[in-house]
Amino acid sequence: MERKRLPVAAVVAGLVLLAVPLVLPEWMKFIVTLALAKFLAVLAVALFLRAGMVTFGHAMFYAVGAYTVGFGAKWFGLRDIVLLVPLGAVLGAVVAALVGLVMARYREVFFAMLNLAFSMMLYGVLLKLYWLLLKLYWLTGGTDGLSAGAPTFLGYAPPREYLRDFLYYATLLVAGLAIYGVYRFLASPLGYYLKARADNEIRIEYSGESVRHVIYVTYVLSGALAGASGVLAAFTVGHIVPEYAFWIQSGDFVFVALLGGFESVPGPLVGAIAFEFIRTYASKYFPNEWQMTLGIIMLAIILFRPGGLWAIYEELAARFGRREREAERA
Amino acid sequence: MRLLTIILMDGTVFAAVLFLISVGLTLVFGVLRILNVSHGGIYAFGAYMATYLAIKILGAGASPYLTYLMLLAGAIIIGMVTGPIIERVFLRRIYGSDQHITLLLTFSIFLILDDLLKLIWGTKPMFVSQPYTLLGEFSIAGIPYSWYQVVLIVVSIVFGGALVWAVRGTRFGKIVVSVINDREISQAIGINVNRIYTVSFTLGAFCAALGGALIAPTISVTPGFALDATVLAFAVIAIGGMGSLEGAALGALIVGLLRALAVHLLPEADLVVIYLAMILVLVVRPEGLFGQVELRRI
Repeated sequence: MERKRLPVAAVVAGLVLLAVPLVLPEWMKFIVTLALAKFLAVLAVALFLRAGMVTFGHAMFYAVGAYTVGFGAKWFGLRDIVLLVPLGAVLGAVVAALVGLVMARYREVFFAMLNLAFSMMLYGVLLKLYWLLLKLYWLTGGTDGLSAGAPTFLGYAPPREYLRDFLYYATLLVAGLAIYGVYRFLASPLGYYLKARADNEIRIEYSGESVRHVIYVTYVLSGALAGASGVLAAFTVGHIVPEYAFWIQSGDFVFVALLGGFESVPGPLVGAIAFEFIRTYASKYFPNEWQMTLGIIMLAIILFRPGGLWAIYEELAARFGRREREAERA
Repeated sequence: MRLLTIILMDGTVFAAVLFLISVGLTLVFGVLRILNVSHGGIYAFGAYMATYLAIKILGAGASPYLTYLMLLAGAIIIGMVTGPIIERVFLRRIYGSDQHITLLLTFSIFLILDDLLKLIWGTKPMFVSQPYTLLGEFSIAGIPYSWYQVVLIVVSIVFGGALVWAVRGTRFGKIVVSVINDREISQAIGINVNRIYTVSFTLGAFCAALGGALIAPTISVTPGFALDATVLAFAVIAIGGMGSLEGAALGALIVGLLRALAVHLLPEADLVVIYLAMILVLVVRPEGLFGQVELRRI
């Protein structure tokens, strides 16, 4: 019963997402594209939440992806999204493979805060580098950041009015691939060990798997996801600033994972889309209380609905399903 | 020589304030086993409240010496208000849950505090300099220093000493140690564990607020310096060993001096140096300099 229901829901969701550019106005298209792009990074953070670990630093890999676009355009004239997404993912994974050497040894508060420390170090470096670049290259301009420029798709530069649609479908494709990949990862033995870590780490080692290895592999994967996320977000926003690596960005990722529900793979997607809309409206009606809004929603979720929006959906679906079955019986 | 004096003096003054903040964080972690991310928010609140009260009392035409009392009052008010509220209303619901839940909960409280601050006092910087200038100056090697900086160091040492005495030498301290070691047994022998939790958390909050209140006259308080405090204090207690009072003192000195070194020799890298130090210490000695290796329980 459940097994049948889920693919139907997935197909419906897929169709809705495919139809987005055809029906939604331009500004909403932008929001959904950005949400899909950030979803990848949220997925990375959600992987760790499943394992009972929090990271306040994944903006680090997100920024690596974004700056791949910025520097790629600036120094090498790279603008092709088909090239840059894998490149950003690989660079994110490489950085994660280095940082992960340290990080895989730590858990809990140390893991959270060391991630924060690393990402703030990167933020500091980017800030300085950014001023340096400003001095060296932008003496003339009043620009305040690296510009992403318009992406090309396998060398094809779409006309301006269709650029958003192209970008949207590219992002959707990458997000779809990521969902598939993460599903496969979670269904693998490593994925199960990852989930089991939240319950009991020592039992995993008794069963012959190294927890450090599990976390390291997950860390590299999360770096790749966040890196790809940064590339797509940079193209969507068109503008790259050091704030990509700032702790507020990392905090947003954690928040979105929690909002959508990190126990499932679609949860972060729901969360990411909800988040961008909440932010758009919140900044319109109460611009100065944005963080407070986030904090209050997060408190409410932790205290009352730890599964997030996705858990609410599942609850509703289960109730609906039960009623249907009762109707069939009667 | 001149530069060395500057670095030593700046570092010690900064370490003094950092110690006050960190000792609160380490106390809360030791007793409640919670890393309180909102600690920096309480620190910022302490700074704002103290500055606000000091400005008010100066505006009322009172003797400027009363500002010292106001700094202390600000710290006490913030500690007594935020501490019990956060512990009783929020933390109490999640004791015993996983670490990541407590991290997320205190993180959301941090977000709320950070904005609440802006709502109450606005985004304009606030500054009260009287407590700083009132005590006059003296000079070491030709560099003028305010006596207020000496006061900071003395207060910090006295406060740290009092805390060590409270934990090691009093009945309350013995009870706290017992709760740290085993919550259930402590409850079984008749200790009101919930009350110890509330008192410890409030004391921790007061430490943060006091740190904020005392540093307020030396800087102008602006929004956004709260997170730095949390991260720096975490670096301090991670270096010193989580839950260790001596560790907090040594960690604060290390971080304070490193930061002063970086600020004067390599100003681009002031935060980077501290994070690097933290990472180095944790790689070599994951439990921190004074920390105890925790047994892994099945």
